[in-house]
Amino acid sequence: MTNSPPPQENVIEISNIFTRFGNAVVHDNVSMQVRRGEIFALVGSSGCGKSTLLREILLLHRPQSGSIRVFGKEVLGMDDEAALSLRKSWGVMFERSALFSSLTVAENVGLPMREHTRMSNALIEELIAVKIALAGLPASAGAKFPSELSGGMRKRAALARSMALDPELLLLDEPTAGLDPLSASGFDELVLHLQQSLGLTIMMVTHDLDLLWRVADRVAVLGEGKVLGVGTMEELSESPHPVIREYFYGPRGRAAWDKSWKQK
Amino acid sequence: MATIEITQPENIVRCGGAWTLGGISDLETRLDNLPWPAIMAMQFDVTGIADMDTAGAWLLQRTIRRLESDGRTVTLQGQRPEHETLLNVIKPINITIEKPATSRKINLLEKTGLMTWPHLQQAIGMLAFLGETSIAILRSVAQPSRIRWKPILYNLENAGFRALPIVGLLAFLMGVVISYQGSGQLQRYGANIFIVDLVGLSMLRELAPLMTAIIVAGRSGSAFAAQIGTMKVTEEIDALRTIGISPMELLVLPKVLALVIALPLLSVYADMMGVLGGMVMAKTQLGVSYTDFIDRFGEAVKLSAFLVGIGKAPVFAAIIAMVGCFQGLQVGNGPDSVGKQTTVSVVQAIFLIIVADALFSVIFSWLKI
Repeated sequence: MTNSPPPQENVIEISNIFTRFGNAVVHDNVSMQVRRGEIFALVGSSGCGKSTLLREILLLHRPQSGSIRVFGKEVLGMDDEAALSLRKSWGVMFERSALFSSLTVAENVGLPMREHTRMSNALIEELIAVKIALAGLPASAGAKFPSELSGGMRKRAALARSMALDPELLLLDEPTAGLDPLSASGFDELVLHLQQSLGLTIMMVTHDLDLLWRVADRVAVLGEGKVLGVGTMEELSESPHPVIREYFYGPRGRAAWDKSWKQK
Repeated sequence: MATIEITQPENIVRCGGAWTLGGISDLETRLDNLPWPAIMAMQFDVTGIADMDTAGAWLLQRTIRRLESDGRTVTLQGQRPEHETLLNVIKPINITIEKPATSRKINLLEKTGLMTWPHLQQAIGMLAFLGETSIAILRSVAQPSRIRWKPILYNLENAGFRALPIVGLLAFLMGVVISYQGSGQLQRYGANIFIVDLVGLSMLRELAPLMTAIIVAGRSGSAFAAQIGTMKVTEEIDALRTIGISPMELLVLPKVLALVIALPLLSVYADMMGVLGGMVMAKTQLGVSYTDFIDRFGEAVKLSAFLVGIGKAPVFAAIIAMVGCFQGLQVGNGPDSVGKQTTVSVVQAIFLIIVADALFSVIFSWLKI
């Protein structure tokens, strides 16, 4: 992992976020930092505001108050020009892939490149093929439409699109949701491999405990509108907080924990 | 900006700058025109490369591959460890660019077939759907407890009651227009009072039911197609089937029944508003007073004219609802298919309404009504 000077140390800095939908308080003074080069995971029970926090980082939803800094720049109230340059420097993968259904996989991956760079068509097509290969898809997938792909392949295609502009920061929403165990563990490997070889910073929202044990450097647990704990999986698994204990020591948490120990 | 140059006389290729997505766009053309020295063992010095991403790594890798395919050997030196890992990731990737199969030339006969076949299939599908709907209707008649009143009432409100303002306004304007167009001609012959025949017959027999049907096709037929189509995309139709509820009974029948009830009622309303519009115009243009107009109306317009108009409405209603539902069910698995089928549903419904109206005219002229 690269060691950058302190002001650049945190890629994402979230401080004192307060979000409300009507009367329901989703985030009550939430703060966390994502460091350069790490895989940071956000977990918590359904409806605790994980995806909302991700949407707030992505400029898709505005919190009532607080501050979110990405690459050192405040994103709340950002002007369009700065927002565009920020949007070019991150890659986003949505929970349901959000591939454009009227375009082939290759066109999906190529869209950001054609929109934002001045490279020749031939080079773009080669790069598309490289990204498709990097995401672990067969070359034949490029000419297919998203509706012709399986769920796992669609996720990989979405990952390939999110990496189109070689972003430093990847934001993944439930990357393994809806995948069979084999595809999911293949995806774990892929994320880890890409992070290590490309030096990416990854922030993800996930429920997948196997994924957490295998790839996450640090994990934040969100619950009751607050950050209940931040740390490595080992640290969190020793946390006395009842919600965290229940999360990690429920039957499924236990199994994933055992599995990760057997692998080590 | 990424740079590349060949230093003389040692013939070392020096790369530098930012080999990134933003930096390599100019490099690409320069690489193609670079005068590669005619030596077999090439040396690349990449010490100067400050930044590299997968795009840059690919370009470097591609250059090396091209040189190697000419039979040369290439050695890299001075690469940073993080760039080394990146290059190692890119190295084993073999790309083949798959193009979607390009369409071959097709002759006229084949083209005709390709264009006709889907229409034929559609007609057969529509006929099958008509059969299914008829069976469902008969089943509900045999077992009235199976009729779902709540969705019927909901559709009555949405497709019927809420259409009153637009149908009323347009029918009124239609009456005004006909009366205005006719008044000039009638005045010339001093046949002012016949404005009643013109407005009454044309509105009641033809225009009010036809226009109401066209408005409802645009308003509700499209809504039916879009609703069912979206449910199809999100697998809600399949979910209904697995729960043991027939989509036919829950989604299609209530819409058909509601529209069959609503459209004749809307047509009556359109009749009234249209005649009212004609009446207002008759008074201002031809000086035919309201009482004269109403007196003449009873003589000029027979009950049969009204019934002929209203009798067409249930048929139009069935066409609109069934085409809307059928096209909704034809939606494939993509969101753009919803839009396409919705458009098709409106075009087809209006087309079939006008065809049906023409058929009615032929039949009525045979029967001398």
